[in-house]
Amino acid sequence: MKINFVLNGKGRVLNAPSDRRVIDFLREDLGLTGTKESCGAGECGVCTILVDGESRLSCLMFAAQLEGRNVLTIEGLASEETLHPMQEAFVQFGAVQCGFCTPGMILSALDLLKRNPHPTRTEIREGLSGNLCRCTGYQKIVDAVEATACKKEKGPPL
Amino acid sequence: MKSLEIGRPIPRVDAYSKTTGQERYAADYYGENLVWAGVKRAGIAHALIKDIHIDDAKTLPGVISILTHKDIQGSNRQGMIRKDQPVLADNKVNHCGDAVALVLAEDKASLHKALDLITLDLEPLPGIFDPEKAIGEGAPLVHEGHPQGNVLFKGVLETGDIEIGFKECHAVVEACFELPHQEHAYLETEAGWAILKENGQLKIVVSTQSPFRDRSEVAEALGINVEKVRIIAPYCGGAFGGKDGVTVQTLLGLAVFHCPGRPIKMWWDREESFLASPKRHPARLYYRLGVKPDGALHALDVRFYYDTGPYDHLGGAVMALGLEHACGPYRISNVSLKGFCVYTNSPIGGAFRGFGVPQVTAAMEQMMDMMATQLGLSPFEIRKRNAIRCGDKNPIGISVTGSTGFEECLKTLEEHYLWKKRNEWKSKAGPFKKRGVGIASVMHGMGYGPVVPDFANAKIELTREGKFRVFSGVVDIGQGNASTYLQIAGAILNQDMAHMELVLPDTESALPSGSASASRTTSTFGNALIGAAQSLKHRVLQRAAIYFMAKEIKEVDLIPGGVNHFTTGKEIPLSEMFHILDDSEKVAAYTFTAPTAKENPTEDQNLRLHGVPHLIFSYGVHLCYVEVDELTGNIEVKRYLAVSDCGRIINPQTFEQQIHGGIAQGIGYALCEEFIVKEGRVRTPDLATYIIPTALDVPEMDSIPLESYEPTGPFGLKGAGEISIDGPLPAIANAVADACGVRLFRSPFTPERVLKALKERENREFEH
Repeated sequence: MKINFVLNGKGRVLNAPSDRRVIDFLREDLGLTGTKESCGAGECGVCTILVDGESRLSCLMFAAQLEGRNVLTIEGLASEETLHPMQEAFVQFGAVQCGFCTPGMILSALDLLKRNPHPTRTEIREGLSGNLCRCTGYQKIVDAVEATACKKEKGPPL
Repeated sequence: MKSLEIGRPIPRVDAYSKTTGQERYAADYYGENLVWAGVKRAGIAHALIKDIHIDDAKTLPGVISILTHKDIQGSNRQGMIRKDQPVLADNKVNHCGDAVALVLAEDKASLHKALDLITLDLEPLPGIFDPEKAIGEGAPLVHEGHPQGNVLFKGVLETGDIEIGFKECHAVVEACFELPHQEHAYLETEAGWAILKENGQLKIVVSTQSPFRDRSEVAEALGINVEKVRIIAPYCGGAFGGKDGVTVQTLLGLAVFHCPGRPIKMWWDREESFLASPKRHPARLYYRLGVKPDGALHALDVRFYYDTGPYDHLGGAVMALGLEHACGPYRISNVSLKGFCVYTNSPIGGAFRGFGVPQVTAAMEQMMDMMATQLGLSPFEIRKRNAIRCGDKNPIGISVTGSTGFEECLKTLEEHYLWKKRNEWKSKAGPFKKRGVGIASVMHGMGYGPVVPDFANAKIELTREGKFRVFSGVVDIGQGNASTYLQIAGAILNQDMAHMELVLPDTESALPSGSASASRTTSTFGNALIGAAQSLKHRVLQRAAIYFMAKEIKEVDLIPGGVNHFTTGKEIPLSEMFHILDDSEKVAAYTFTAPTAKENPTEDQNLRLHGVPHLIFSYGVHLCYVEVDELTGNIEVKRYLAVSDCGRIINPQTFEQQIHGGIAQGIGYALCEEFIVKEGRVRTPDLATYIIPTALDVPEMDSIPLESYEPTGPFGLKGAGEISIDGPLPAIANAVADACGVRLFRSPFTPERVLKALKERENREFEH
């Protein structure tokens, strides 16, 4: 079927079987391999994307569900030269190790800050508890999200 | 931009490409005309293979080829020490995850249909799932031809006289500890991509920790020329030991010959990963510890069993490292240690961060607290009185040399506010909550031991663009060593990150440098890289001195992007130096082999081959605050402190990442990670049943590195990748005992087990 949607800021009309999993559609058909897969069953949060600004698990969605939606994957977050402040914070605060959880984690964190712009550290932990990370022990991820929230408070987005 | 320095917390270079989704992992390789490869697994723990029915699957549209052991030309055996694991099972199935048939298909749907259509005609055999029973009379044999029956490997280390030792003791404590499998649960499951090129080269891109060893394993198992095999190792999406050794490599290597020229992809799903990958060995450990009246440890008798499943993988070496660490960082004069690594039909036991040490540390550190309680000493005091120091003989009779900061670690802990305020914190527990504080000592040997050479070959070149390109020989499995290599070379060559380039391990361009394992990754390769960078630096400066007509080489030095002549203030860009240097001068390589212990604790050459003894150890002490809910049995870790002696720290940020990550995995090991296997069948096949810690399960952690200096390490560094996973389980166990007076000898410490223990304590108290 034809799917009409916005992907990383650009309107697209693409063909895909209606039951194609969004994760496969992104990775295999569109070459957007920044979205990772780890459990394929909605347990780990690794494949998180933003659909109309809200975090969704792309392994549990079908391509047909993207019709008319605005989809953001990790590839669409940075502008040409500059990292998004959340990405920059993940780099600076050492929140990245193997990096396989990172795309999903960053997008979940953005969803969290949209709903709760000034979360406490506990609220950050709650907000990210659907995204597993096996490397970092989470503390530096919490640091990065906290710092991004604080910066936003001070002025315009970086 | 400032030049790179040792000791600065420089953000990792890979963090940029990983946060933008641009970094390409092995799992991210696809390509035109892609073939999907997958494996039919046994599903039964022990059986004879009568027949493999592939005809129905073969005729399915979309299926390209179905291969069995009959299609393998080579030895069909893989393994790192003992080659006992078939690529595709031939006459027997030894565990549920054994691969039996390989399917190549045009798409994933056809692949899965074909796998379902393959049927196996199996004659079940009695299985054996307990390592202690497996070495008893009449137990079913996993490998009939193995001369020691089900004992893969037995190790014994003895010093002093254990019988006399115990007779001289004032108090004796005895216990048995039981620990389960631990699953790595790396987020990138096993993945690879391969192609047979026109020139006959087999190119494999794979998530691996050991590209050079993989290369020979693939060649031997499949009967192909090793020179035809090229392994490329991108950043791993986690590995932790589980990708040290072949996963998809040989299967892909077999597949390519049946669709030459086409790219082939194999990517295990989560359930397959849990089923077929090696895990931390389940262990049963019998400990008996005796002390003199002053609290001096005097005798230790240890006997333990590691369940390695049906294949060695690295099980023998894992057991040997456990044996060597069984006494902890203490002085003990009479010691008897016996370790058994045993074949069973359980899932494969193999390398997992810690490599046999978390199990013995779990036992020994709880013994220390039990003994302290019996003597009326504080847990801190008993450790302090017995702490190992430089110049001592360790319990297996090896002189302790080099940096030995264990006492310093204890001192640092003693002065830390979390230690000082522990009683105040404990007194503020709410209703139905009990609070406790526990400590645990840790030590971890570095490198391969005395026989297998722990070497690395670093290569660095000056590029046309005027940058220094480092060819990494050791995979970055997530720990950031690749970035640290740039920091090391950049510091020597006085360059900033903009003038440094990195090439990830590729058997075609890098030089053999061993595996990303054994807390050796930064140390061994770092030392080699220092040599290579210094050699290239010297050449560049020699040539620059001639160019500037300098009287001596001291008049010139490297600056970011160029060379400066101090006397005239003139500069020449590195891109021009590229043209001045002869081609042969633009590349420098250097080999480094880690030093080994001169003393020998054993006549057993096999034990030495498996890594005993080590020369250099990192040390540490951990502290945790826990709160136990008396109504639910839930344990919450509230705070954590790790003091570590890992030598000098090259990058404090990456160091802290290692400490944090190990603590989190250790907390999971202690509290929630229970890999359940019944009759060899995995009952926790996914992340909904095998629970790893989330952001809510890991507390705020403090990591304090001692700034010690290890003379044999690069810039004074020692290994830091594993040590932090050794401490959490016993620290938590000790804290729980402190909180509510119960000790669980079986982990993980789930709410059910805690409640049961609390109930039993209550009943005992009632009876009295």
